[in-house]
Amino acid sequence: MHATTVRTVLAGGLVVALLLAAGLAMPDWLLFLATMAISHGVVSLGVVVMMRAGVVSFGQGFVFAAGGYAAALVANQWGVGDALLLLLAGGVAAVVLSLPFAPLLARYRGIFFAMLTLAISMVLYGILLKSVALGGSDGFNVGRPTLFGASIDGRANFVLYGIAVVVVGLLAIATRIYGDSVRGLVSLAIRENELRVEYLGASVRRAIAANYLIAAFLGGVGGALTLLALGHIDPMFSYWTTSGEFVFVAILAGHHSVLAVFVASFIVEVVRSFSNLYFPSTWQLAMGVFLLVVIRFLPRGLGSLWADRRPRAAPAVEAVAMKEAVR
Amino acid sequence: MSELALSARGLMKSFGAVVAARDVNIEIPVGQRVSLIGSNGAGKTTFVNMVTGYLRPDAGTIHFDGRDIVGLGPRRITRLGVARSFQIPQLALDMTALDNMLVAAACAEGEPSFWQPARSPARRSRAMALLERFALAEHAQRRVAELPGGVRKLLDIAMALTGRPKLLLLDEPTSGVSVQEKFPMMDTIVGALAGESVTVLFVEHDMEIVTRYADRVVAFYSGEIIADDPPEAVLADEQVRRYVTGDAVRAEA
Amino acid sequence: MLALTILIDGVVYASWLFIVALGLTLVFGVLKILNIAHGSFYAVGAYATASFVGWFGALGLAPEWSLLAMVLAAIAVAALLAPLVERGLLRAFYGRDEVLLVLVTYALFLILEDVTKLIWGATPYYVSDPYMLFGTVEFGLLSYVGYDFMLVAMAIVCGIGVWWGLNRTRTGKIVLAVIHSDEIASSMGVNVSRIYRFAFMFGIFLAALAGALTAPMVSVQPGLSVGVIVVSFAVVIIGGLGSIEGAAIGALIVGLARALAVHTWPAAELFSIYVAMAAVLVFRPEGLFQRLQARKI
Repeated sequence: MHATTVRTVLAGGLVVALLLAAGLAMPDWLLFLATMAISHGVVSLGVVVMMRAGVVSFGQGFVFAAGGYAAALVANQWGVGDALLLLLAGGVAAVVLSLPFAPLLARYRGIFFAMLTLAISMVLYGILLKSVALGGSDGFNVGRPTLFGASIDGRANFVLYGIAVVVVGLLAIATRIYGDSVRGLVSLAIRENELRVEYLGASVRRAIAANYLIAAFLGGVGGALTLLALGHIDPMFSYWTTSGEFVFVAILAGHHSVLAVFVASFIVEVVRSFSNLYFPSTWQLAMGVFLLVVIRFLPRGLGSLWADRRPRAAPAVEAVAMKEAVR
Repeated sequence: MSELALSARGLMKSFGAVVAARDVNIEIPVGQRVSLIGSNGAGKTTFVNMVTGYLRPDAGTIHFDGRDIVGLGPRRITRLGVARSFQIPQLALDMTALDNMLVAAACAEGEPSFWQPARSPARRSRAMALLERFALAEHAQRRVAELPGGVRKLLDIAMALTGRPKLLLLDEPTSGVSVQEKFPMMDTIVGALAGESVTVLFVEHDMEIVTRYADRVVAFYSGEIIADDPPEAVLADEQVRRYVTGDAVRAEA
Repeated sequence: MLALTILIDGVVYASWLFIVALGLTLVFGVLKILNIAHGSFYAVGAYATASFVGWFGALGLAPEWSLLAMVLAAIAVAALLAPLVERGLLRAFYGRDEVLLVLVTYALFLILEDVTKLIWGATPYYVSDPYMLFGTVEFGLLSYVGYDFMLVAMAIVCGIGVWWGLNRTRTGKIVLAVIHSDEIASSMGVNVSRIYRFAFMFGIFLAALAGALTAPMVSVQPGLSVGVIVVSFAVVIIGGLGSIEGAAIGALIVGLARALAVHTWPAAELFSIYVAMAAVLVFRPEGLFQRLQARKI
């Protein structure tokens, strides 16, 4: 194995171990908060994966809901109780449902890519909302999952947190390896100049489709994990505002650091919870302002504070570069 | 294997009322160095775009290495062995020169890996070697956005060569390059091609470059080829002097 | 009979959609910004109407005056918010990536959601005065509120008004030039910044007017903006971004599709709109009336 791969695995493993250890000392409310931050963060990680190829999805709610509902159905209809199996079911279902759209979406960019992903997620929302079998706008509940056959009652919060940390930790490590890989670098080049990449002989469409499906798997797992943490699912999982929140975290984090995505997700969860408690009707205001500040002053996201060190070019050179950029 | 690298017959292309190609016929044997000249809008870049699959001719055929390539996109044609550089260098501006070269090398090798590190020592040294061939090694760690135009041009061409193409099309390689750098740059490119029977087509406005580096010159005007001969003959041609180089105007005055 | 019901319902809903979407498509056409906060301006318009109508009522004015209150509310919203938003916020991001601008408007939407809640609170407002002003209209067995037909009339007025304004006035033609190409217009001496400000203000006015007109029909409460935004996107995408005729046709298509669904296949009410939106994006991404480039390859 390559040195960088080993480093990534070890660093990731260390973070997972530290988080697990910390979890032993965390109160229930914090465990729940962290679990939600992780289960939402992994969906935003998918958004970031796509952003690295230059497209922004406003419809990750689609895979989030697909994963959640699939896991919920598998749990309730087929009596599958194991948490890990349910997470896998969520991820796989999201990918399967996304497959037909992948070649289609790979031909779009910019606003139209965003709008098409939005439309697809709203179609699912519309279907779920009116679906009596799936509980309509109320959705439905699922019971507590089991782990390796054992019940988790009594320690549910910690176990769910632990599952989130380990599973998403593994996915995060894998995503980081992918980002550092040859394909990852080609994706970044596509983001900068896809014409050139086509002319170098690589398929841009296939790259975007691949990123889309990877993001689908991540989103599906996130949806299933959220389902397990909440014990409940409803159509709002697929609503555009949910998708918007995933994009929000992705922009906040930037596309240079996997860890930044989860840090950003955690910040958002904390602000949301605390402002709901103490200053209701301000958390969206705070988030909106925060987003503007980041877009304006930290356009590469929070992650760029530590992951993207580069000397800023002199303004004159940048201006020339901007003018010469094609498209 | 055909002895003709490129064979175009009866190419026609119009954009509305503008005729960019009117019955263009060219046959280029393997290893030849051909310069395409003509004033702006004469049809040179349209020809390059058609050969590289960016544009589809309205009529006519194009055969590369004996194979019909009309209708194929840039990616397929690149994989067949055709490479091209651009008038305005097409690079990933926010990435370093080395990263750009890594990408070029990766794209040339087939299915890029999902997990092998892009910047592994082996890949880096291969990419650095490629940069060194073009005297670009000193710029390896600099962002392309910070590099001067001539360096970007050379990098653009260097990237086009990573795939070891059989046919190389250069779109105005020395435009935007300072007078002192033009010849060294062309020498570097020619040097990098030494020993490989690469067919080169280059679009040029600088007649000194043309005379020095081309075996053959094809002159375009209004979408048609008005001359197709070795450089001395073409540059002396009356029509070429009137419509391309502008010498005729001065002579009459 | 069913056909007539569907037709009338569809046209009424389409009228509402058209007024809502008109401002959105105009702002995109001129400034090339797809404004997520459009729904927020709509909501603010509805809330402002609630306040204005309340004040007019408190002043002892007859219910007919509430219509004036609605228009005044829309104007007030536009006059106050447009300069603030355009100058204070959007201007800092002109020329940047189109998706980035959408994100900026998304941030604006988030901010306005809370600002509305902070100003007007979370309890619903009811603006009942104007609703019964137009009586009821009978169509055999069917009975409709006259207000709905006033909406249709308003939509036609807005549509013709904007069309006339763009095509028959000098300013309008300058706006059309900027829609076509702001670079060319600028090089011909047009003060493009002024046109941007004007178009944006007019866009907000239309959004707020739509909200004002809707206020008597619904309970004005938090969450108004959220549903409106996506459905306006659907209309504008179907019709073609930046096109007035497109907004009208898009509104008709969505309105009739929804009416059809409601009366024949209720489960499809919502998703039919977005299926139409997705279908247009797949088969004719530039919309029915536009020539933007949507696909890359």
